Amino acid sequence: MLQTSSLQHPVTASGLTKFVDTSEGRLDILQQVDLQVEGGEAVAILGASGSGKSTLLGLLAGLDEASAGEACLFGTPLHTLDEDGRAALRAGKVGFVFQSFQLLSGMTALENVMLPLELAHHPSPDEAAKIALSQAGLSERLHHYPSQLSGGEQQRVAIARAFAPDPTVLFADEPTANLDSHTGERVAEMLFDLQEKNGTVLILVTHDEMLARRCDRRLHLKDGRLDSNR
Amino acid sequence: MKAWSLALKLLRRDWRAGELRLLVTALVIAVASVTSVGFFTDRIERAMQRQAAEVLAADLRLDSSQPLDEKLLQAADQRQLRSAQTVGFPSVVLNDGNTQLVQVKAVTQTYPLRGRLLIRESTTGENLPTQDIPLPGEVWLEERLLPLLGLDIGDTIKLGQLQFHVSRVITYEPDRASNLFQLAPRVMINRSDLAATGLLGPASRVRYRLLLAGEASALEGYRSWIENQDLKNIQIEDIRGARPELRLALDRGGRFLHLTAATAILLCVVAVALSSRRFVERQADTSALMRCLGASQHQVGKIFFLRLLSLGLIASLAGTLIGLLLQSLLIGLVGHWFTQQIPSPTPWPLFSGLGTGILVLLGFSLPSVLRLSRVPPLRVFRRHLGAPSVGYQLSIGAALTSLGILLVWQIGDDKLAFQLISGLLGGLVVLLLVSHLLVTLLKPLRTRSAGSWRYGLASLSRNPATTSVQLTGFGLGITVLLILAMVRVDLLDNWRNALPAESPNQFLINIQPHEVDGVRQILHAGGIESDGPFPMIRGRLIRINDQAVSTDSYASPRAQRLANRDFNLSLANEMQSDNKIVSGRWWSPQQYDKPWFSVEEGLAETLGIPMDAELVFEVAGQEIKGVVTNLRSVQWDSFNVNFFVVGTPGLMAGQPASYITSFYLPKEKRPLLHQLIQQYPSITALDVSALMQQVRAIMDRGVMAVESVFLFTLVAGVIVLYAGIQASRELRIQEAAILRTLGLSRRRLLLSVMLEFTLLGGLAGIISAGLASVISYTLATAIFELAWQPNYWMWVVAILGGALGVGIAGILASLPLLNNPPLAVMRKI
Repeated sequence: MLQTSSLQHPVTASGLTKFVDTSEGRLDILQQVDLQVEGGEAVAILGASGSGKSTLLGLLAGLDEASAGEACLFGTPLHTLDEDGRAALRAGKVGFVFQSFQLLSGMTALENVMLPLELAHHPSPDEAAKIALSQAGLSERLHHYPSQLSGGEQQRVAIARAFAPDPTVLFADEPTANLDSHTGERVAEMLFDLQEKNGTVLILVTHDEMLARRCDRRLHLKDGRLDSNR
Repeated sequence: MKAWSLALKLLRRDWRAGELRLLVTALVIAVASVTSVGFFTDRIERAMQRQAAEVLAADLRLDSSQPLDEKLLQAADQRQLRSAQTVGFPSVVLNDGNTQLVQVKAVTQTYPLRGRLLIRESTTGENLPTQDIPLPGEVWLEERLLPLLGLDIGDTIKLGQLQFHVSRVITYEPDRASNLFQLAPRVMINRSDLAATGLLGPASRVRYRLLLAGEASALEGYRSWIENQDLKNIQIEDIRGARPELRLALDRGGRFLHLTAATAILLCVVAVALSSRRFVERQADTSALMRCLGASQHQVGKIFFLRLLSLGLIASLAGTLIGLLLQSLLIGLVGHWFTQQIPSPTPWPLFSGLGTGILVLLGFSLPSVLRLSRVPPLRVFRRHLGAPSVGYQLSIGAALTSLGILLVWQIGDDKLAFQLISGLLGGLVVLLLVSHLLVTLLKPLRTRSAGSWRYGLASLSRNPATTSVQLTGFGLGITVLLILAMVRVDLLDNWRNALPAESPNQFLINIQPHEVDGVRQILHAGGIESDGPFPMIRGRLIRINDQAVSTDSYASPRAQRLANRDFNLSLANEMQSDNKIVSGRWWSPQQYDKPWFSVEEGLAETLGIPMDAELVFEVAGQEIKGVVTNLRSVQWDSFNVNFFVVGTPGLMAGQPASYITSFYLPKEKRPLLHQLIQQYPSITALDVSALMQQVRAIMDRGVMAVESVFLFTLVAGVIVLYAGIQASRELRIQEAAILRTLGLSRRRLLLSVMLEFTLLGGLAGIISAGLASVISYTLATAIFELAWQPNYWMWVVAILGGALGVGIAGILASLPLLNNPPLAVMRKI
């Protein structure tokens, strides 16, 4: 087992394995993945569709349970916690950006950004959310609903939501895949700016080499195995 | 506190985003219909009771053989009750050598408190309602006294020491009906003249009565006060104890109204259940995201629970206020049917509305909404991961508990509520099974059809679970509507038919045994049909199973009254045609000489007479002992002659009896009655057509009230329809957009939507008609004790109505999808 300081290595994995039993036998999704991510580091996980990228991200964030091996978040082995314990570990310290934005359609941009702050009992969620949105260049769009925003704008709201509580770790799942190249670039720009400025750990899953190049480290996932040194 | 404020914030956002509109609408309608029905039935019932109170000429009546204590009147005054006093006693009137036994009634100025006297100012004049009473020195007489005494209006008669001026003829006296068998004709004078007549001696058979009327709470207060006064020889009577016919009519009227209210609840419950399901589906993302962002399961559950609770409170409050408004409109609509002012609303339905809203939500929404806390956070990556399905035990348990409470509460009749619930539960299982079967059967059809048919069928089988739920929802909705329609049409008609136009309106009493054949012949010759005359033997129940019967043995005033009075007993070979055995068996010819009794079930229940009990009656100083071998139900509102207790011929023959009969006498045959009375002057003829009119009026108003309340249920039905259609909305939007993008014309898309919903509605109609037949059979036979007939039209109406209703509603709900460009539609998903 890897024994590291949680500040030094907020995210670690050792022998992380995930498989599912299907009618045609066992299907391996991830096999023996080892990983150590340092504080403030940006790591890209690259791979083709179906290579297990999102599964790895879900396991590292504690959204799913591993079949074998261990993932630690802030030094705490996730398998020792139940669903609620893992949620508590994430609260206020972990942010997410998704390929499909995952904005709540019934809420305005401002309300979407306020949600994690309110859940973390932030003293002034309204103010903090407005600041985050203005950093994302969306001061004019506070009261728009997701359906009234363009794809790029929606993803910027999602990034603002992710950074608003000032998380230590940010998990991003194909954040630019649903955007055109120009918009994607602008969104990426913003993502890395904020990451650098806040010293946030970024774990980015993508199949976009260009985007991955902006990270400190690139890891390739193929058939569920991590090939880190390419 | 934090959770509350977050829950409220989220609630506000949900509301703005339209997420909750369906759930709220269903809830508001549920509460609005419950409260408006509650307010309305409460007020109408009280109005009906007041109308029925005419039979006592009061809401409450105290009756004693001794002059009533002044403090009884003072206590009534203190409670702001209106009061009147009457003194009744038999006396003899003399005129030109004719003497006639009469029943004198001396009344005070405010008599009657309920109902009105009808009088005629001349023998040939019109019947006029009046609020007056005889002035001092005046007397009003019942019409039949005029020929008997050779009198006319304007003449004078002597009553005791005093001469009276005959000024009016009384044709209707509201409280006369409560003592149907009062033999002597009425003479009414002013109470202030009573002392001067010198008629009241120590041995006089006098009834002193205090009539009271006023607010229900004041009456209740007075009643409980008087019950603590330890007063001897005072009987307290209210309308329910007054006459069984009216009591039955009132009870049935109330039952119909509450049944109607209960059906409105049932429909709304279906709508709430359907819309909660959709709410949960749409909120799964919120939950997953919240979990992702670090909220614990407990926190998410709490936030959703508080959201639901606040939603329930707000919607219930809104529903209650709407209910309050609606009931006043409704009262305005039917108010003129009542001769009296409708009593003002009590606050009780308000609480019941709030309670209903919360109960409906807790029972039908909470289990599924709490599922939201268990949406796996991984849903943010894998959209197909939804909320885990709710435990059947929990959801069925919660639904049944709240439904049980709601129905027992609304119907106020455990038996009926229990039967409704078990009927519905059985129905639900059948509906789900049949729905699932039908959906499975549709699948192969889809590959064999083409075009719009295929899309329509594909829509139905794309998500069997949703289609089954829709089908169940529509099915349940149509079933409830059908049952209500049948209750309304079939049962109400049956109810009214229980008192057909040719119900007996005349009674002949005091027929002596030697007159029986003669009376029968006259009636037969006049073409009058009658089952009687029946022997009537006066007897007092003195022992039940060796236990002495006394007023002290019973708590209820009705039982005390029954224990304290003579019964009219009879004997019979055959049971009367409108009676029904509920326990035991009627005697066969071989058993005629056995010492057996047949007892009316209501009496048996009131006096605690079990089957096989040994009863001892005292008849003319002799004891008659017999065993109860059967209990009967009697249709008291049929106006046929009926008896609480009937004995075998062997047991009762030879006892001193007079005879009684009832028959329908058409107006044109009235001379026959005169002939009969002339020939047998000792027979008393009683005309009960006025009382019958009163019973009919109560029934008719009950029917109208039910019909008005029916409207709410229809609105609730529309909401169920809407909720059912919305259940598959998201999928339909997506599919419609894709199909249109791929080039399907609007017309064909419309056709496929129409086919989908028409088919769905038709199938729901088939299931509902079957289910409704079973439930209506149970209701008719077990609850209302009325004849049931299969109703084939119901099947046609259910299937066509279901197909048309659901089809049209489906098209209307889908029009926006067809009229908006596909991209705009897709963006809304």
